[in-house]
Amino acid sequence: MSGSVVAKGGAARWFRRGPWEAAAMTLIGGGIIMLVQPWSIDLYSYSFVTILAGTVGFVIVSHFPE
Amino acid sequence: MTTILQPDHATMPGVSTPAKSRDARRVRGLSDRAIAWLFVAPTIALLLAINIFPLIWMIRLSFTNLNLSMSYLPLRFVGLDNFRDILTDEDVWVRLQTTAQFVISSVVLQVVVGFGLALLINRQFRGHSFWTTIILLPMMLSPAVVGNFWTLLLQPQIGPFNHLISLFTGVPPSSFSMTGQVALAPWTIVLVDTWMWAPYVMLICLAGLRSIPDYIYEAAEVDRASAWRQFWSITLPMTVPFLMLAVLFRAIENFKMFDMVNLLTSGGPGSTTELVSISLKRAAFEKWRTGYSSALAIILFVTVFGAANIYVKTLNKVKQR
Repeated sequence: MSGSVVAKGGAARWFRRGPWEAAAMTLIGGGIIMLVQPWSIDLYSYSFVTILAGTVGFVIVSHFPE
Repeated sequence: MTTILQPDHATMPGVSTPAKSRDARRVRGLSDRAIAWLFVAPTIALLLAINIFPLIWMIRLSFTNLNLSMSYLPLRFVGLDNFRDILTDEDVWVRLQTTAQFVISSVVLQVVVGFGLALLINRQFRGHSFWTTIILLPMMLSPAVVGNFWTLLLQPQIGPFNHLISLFTGVPPSSFSMTGQVALAPWTIVLVDTWMWAPYVMLICLAGLRSIPDYIYEAAEVDRASAWRQFWSITLPMTVPFLMLAVLFRAIENFKMFDMVNLLTSGGPGSTTELVSISLKRAAFEKWRTGYSSALAIILFVTVFGAANIYVKTLNKVKQR
């Protein structure tokens, strides 16, 4: 019983919406900068994957508890 | 509702009373949830047909080699080839940079002009409502109308804009073309977009300015804070969330900008003002590379969708203030 409470507390501690949403938004923002920056075509090539990961991540983590 | 759904035989003579009550029970038996679904279903069906289905179809096409000018060729699944082609194509990369330059310059100008106008309109003066309406007019016009209107204004021979510039600089009006010269064309688009959308930024900033309680300014007055100090310590920090909202919204809208640029310069001269949306149109409807253009459209869609998530998050933060 107490183990499950600890496990629940641990999960709740890790899967909080705030920090994960901030991370996903950083990924989206970083991806957009990679997409339009004029310096490296390699960064441009990986931009879409970064934005996609950020967007999918955002949709998932927005269902986490506050 | 009950009267409308009443079957015809219920009013016929000779139909028994138990049958009548059974029909009435059946109609009354619809739960609120079912009735809600009944009303919402046509809208959902329409949305599925005109929004979701084309999106799914486009995702499917982005993995194929479909070229509508050679539609007799068999449709072949090419996996991620279209995405690889786009994400290694320097031309598309340059178009995205052009788009970013346009977005940054126009959003910065719109925020500066919009915020300035909001500060002016926030004061009470004679003819306040009249000037507010005049300032808001460009925002209410369709981008197609604005494109045509400015094309005429910027005409080197007959347009008044060149004559106005000539009046101040002494340069002959027909010696330069705002939309036809490499150095001027990008700034022309920024100018027209700012003319059209700065009032929108003004409205958002005005909402921010009106949300600042008067007692804060009164306390600042008591502390003998100068007008400049009040602006930097009260007005600006308290309007920042609204400014962020305006920046995000305008950035998303300008990233998708097509109609006005297409009417003003069509991406020219050369490809100086060719935004990524114009490239997309050319790939889809001039080169007929449907698979390739679908992949490009998906890249833009995901980018805008990602930015829209940030926008909605910021909007919620502003609402919570």
